[in-house]
Amino acid sequence: MRILAYGVAGWLILAGAYGMVRSRNLVHVTVCLSVAQSGTYVLLLAIGYQWGAPAPVFSPGSPIKLPVVDSVVQSLAFTDIVVSATVTALLLALAIQIHKTHRTLDPDELQSLKG
Amino acid sequence: MLPAAIALPLLAGALLLAVGRHLPRLLADSAALLIAAAVAVLTGLVAIEATGGRLVTWAGTWRPVGIVLVADPLGAGLACLAALLTCCAMLYSRRYLEDAGTHFHVLMLLFLGGMTGFALTGDLFNMFVFFELMGAVAYALTGMRIEEPGSVQGAFNFAVINSLGAYLTLAGIALLYARTGELGMPQAGVALAGHRADATVVAAFVFVAAGLLVKAAVAPMHFWLADAHAVAPAPVCMLLSGVMVELGLYGVLRVYQVVFAGTIPQAVVTRAWVVLGLLTALVGSLMCAGQRHLKRLLAYSTIAHGGLFLAAAGLGAAGPIAGVALGVAGHAGAKGALFGVCGLLLDRHHSVDEGELHGRGGGWREPSCWLFLAAGLLLTGLPPFGPGLGKVVAEEGAWWLPAVSLLVSSITGGAVLRAGLRVFLGWGRRLPPPRPDQTYGGDESPETEEPLPRTPKSMLAALALLLAGSAAAGVTPRLAEWAGRGAAMFLDRGDYLRQALTGAAGHPPATVPEVGWTTSGVLLGLLATAGALAVAALQLRAGEAGVSEPGPLRRLHLGHIGDYVAWLFAGVATLAVLIGSSLI
Amino acid sequence: MSRRARQAVFGTGAAVLAVLFALAAAGLPPFGGDQHPYRDRAVAAALHQATANVVASLTFDLRGLDTLGEEMILLGSVVGAVALLRPRPDEKPHADDKTSRPQQDAVALISYVFLPLTLLLGFDLLVHGHLTPGGGFQGGVVLATGLHLLYLSGGYDALRRLRPLAWYEWVEGLTTAAFALAGTANLVNFLPHGRVQQLFSAGTVPILNILVGFAVGAGAVVLLAQFLTQAITLEGEG
Repeated sequence: MRILAYGVAGWLILAGAYGMVRSRNLVHVTVCLSVAQSGTYVLLLAIGYQWGAPAPVFSPGSPIKLPVVDSVVQSLAFTDIVVSATVTALLLALAIQIHKTHRTLDPDELQSLKG
Repeated sequence: MLPAAIALPLLAGALLLAVGRHLPRLLADSAALLIAAAVAVLTGLVAIEATGGRLVTWAGTWRPVGIVLVADPLGAGLACLAALLTCCAMLYSRRYLEDAGTHFHVLMLLFLGGMTGFALTGDLFNMFVFFELMGAVAYALTGMRIEEPGSVQGAFNFAVINSLGAYLTLAGIALLYARTGELGMPQAGVALAGHRADATVVAAFVFVAAGLLVKAAVAPMHFWLADAHAVAPAPVCMLLSGVMVELGLYGVLRVYQVVFAGTIPQAVVTRAWVVLGLLTALVGSLMCAGQRHLKRLLAYSTIAHGGLFLAAAGLGAAGPIAGVALGVAGHAGAKGALFGVCGLLLDRHHSVDEGELHGRGGGWREPSCWLFLAAGLLLTGLPPFGPGLGKVVAEEGAWWLPAVSLLVSSITGGAVLRAGLRVFLGWGRRLPPPRPDQTYGGDESPETEEPLPRTPKSMLAALALLLAGSAAAGVTPRLAEWAGRGAAMFLDRGDYLRQALTGAAGHPPATVPEVGWTTSGVLLGLLATAGALAVAALQLRAGEAGVSEPGPLRRLHLGHIGDYVAWLFAGVATLAVLIGSSLI
Repeated sequence: MSRRARQAVFGTGAAVLAVLFALAAAGLPPFGGDQHPYRDRAVAAALHQATANVVASLTFDLRGLDTLGEEMILLGSVVGAVALLRPRPDEKPHADDKTSRPQQDAVALISYVFLPLTLLLGFDLLVHGHLTPGGGFQGGVVLATGLHLLYLSGGYDALRRLRPLAWYEWVEGLTTAAFALAGTANLVNFLPHGRVQQLFSAGTVPILNILVGFAVGAGAVVLLAQFLTQAITLEGEG
């Protein structure tokens, strides 16, 4: 289970980055960045997991039973998700403007920053 | 006081968004300026107060579960520097980006809040949040001139590389959390202390450092900086170059000192910082000398200086760190003024290409000519001013530092002076139009709504203030004394942990380095300035040959996002090998 | 660099980091173990503050400063996207509205039915954020989604009529400011805590949840509006 959880986390980060290296479209780059980031969600949640422990929310009507899985990493993953959404929005906005000014989104053909 | 310094600009930014539509521009300008000034006063007071002992505040309900904020002289001083630069940038940008309305002000205030939070926090994840806040706002500010092809592409590269770096940092924080069960830097430091530096600790350190080194533009993770600085509006460049890059450096040193210094020996990280710092200084200097795009030239000069700062501060001795602290303050003012003058040139001539602007800057009568050349001289390390004092104090750390510093100062300072002399006084040979494979700085739209008939007084005042601040950093003995104390406290790990965790009063540091001008320092400073003048003269004589970078190096800097991602991974891997190889 | 060189550089770096990461993961405490000191303190603190949702307690109370920063990232990106997507001098809105085409009846019907339900769900998530999974961020996104069902049912015009953007910017700024004020000026959860698992418990957490909900909802509306404007109504010179 350890290999699976951490392996998936590491794999997602590397796969996302590899996608960015090979990408031919900036929207694709943006999505690859999100893929790489999902690796950090998996990593955080894997670290906080505890066998047999329920979710850290004691909803009304349910008994308050300890221990629960690590709520700290869940809070962190939550912040991470918001960050991801906002960065994606900004990148897409920039991609729209890049397309308007360059008429292309292929990084191989963007020629305004050289040397 | 600490939460107020962080929340004030954020609160003001949010309110400004709510009422911004109904606010006249003048009122919005004044409000933003006032808030930045208030933050500067607040953080300045904190910094002075902290020379007698760190200020510790727990933001949160319970002491051991909340977020700890720790202000020491260097952290609070950097926050103060950020606020002062924001003041100057707001003053400078009274006529800027008028079509963006108060959104520009909101973003600048949030940027300030992010930088203040980053400098004052003592919690790793909180640091990541403020890192991202600085980032997200800076990406938007960089891409503000949406009709410029370079601008939006530069902002995109900046955003992708910085975000990817930030996610690696987050992965490092997660590994550290898995190992120690803590997010606070002092708590994690205590949990790690005395343990062997195994692969987990090394990985946590390397990944946490990755994002911060990207922010600090350390080679080979520096590519985004030249793109972003070349295209961002001038007031934004002042902040990016003057303080955001340096905050990355501060972050990585702070994290090492508080969290990892008890586990990974100083000698091991020093080797890594020196190697990476020297590489950065070399790449930055070479690329700087060959630029004819004025803002890119300044950007590479920032990279070179960042490398120098890393190599010196990475030695882990109080003297060099005090020097770097002063150098950062001096550099911020001088570089800010230079970017400001570039903004003026762009407004008047729609170009920042050195060749096109040949002799068109306006000559001796033009105040911006004086500002540009004076700032260039300051940057070379001319005694007795701020950047010079910083360099000579930092140089005392190692025998090879004076030589490296001399080279960097001469080459980058020489390039700045060369560009200034050519643009404003028409000296030197004429440059032919740029080759098609060079970034072209001409034919750019100005950043102001309408061409300004005369340079507004507020702009010149802002630039003069920047320059005066940079100069004053070298001739204010109190400031030097504080920097010395701050550096000693920065390295006093035990005292930091004790103060942060128990709330005890701080002990004065045992030894405080002497910070001030010495005879050899003055001579070294004069030598660097002379070297810069010589480089400038040579480049002016050489004409086109003086402004060409080495081909193989230049071919790496082509604005291709895939390249940048690949080099980011190679850079982090280099750090991993440098740290890991000496621990096995 | 050529594609091959780029991949070689990346591959070398990635290989080193992959090995490092694998070694690091192998050295971590066992997966699913019970060593979580921060968690133990946080759960105890959350129960002390009578907050049934420990994650909400961490987000809005114990580590509220993180959330302030997060809120500001959101605000910053909304403002940033508005600034980046502002019409360029050479662009102007369409004279004719190409979205006034008739909608398909089934889609319109479903959207009309789900519109109030979605809004209700959103408010429910906001109000009970300190008790059940959910909270301000999720509720805000659901609220914004509900509003955009109008786009499916009535077309862009209907959405635009119900969406005076200035108001939403106003709401976004004001609620974020209120959040900043309530969350950090006091630094403590100053309201009475009440009893855990009751609606009126957890002190300031539900209030912050609701403020964040409105801020996130308004922010999402403003953000989506910029992208919709780009896609639908702007025309450039070419």
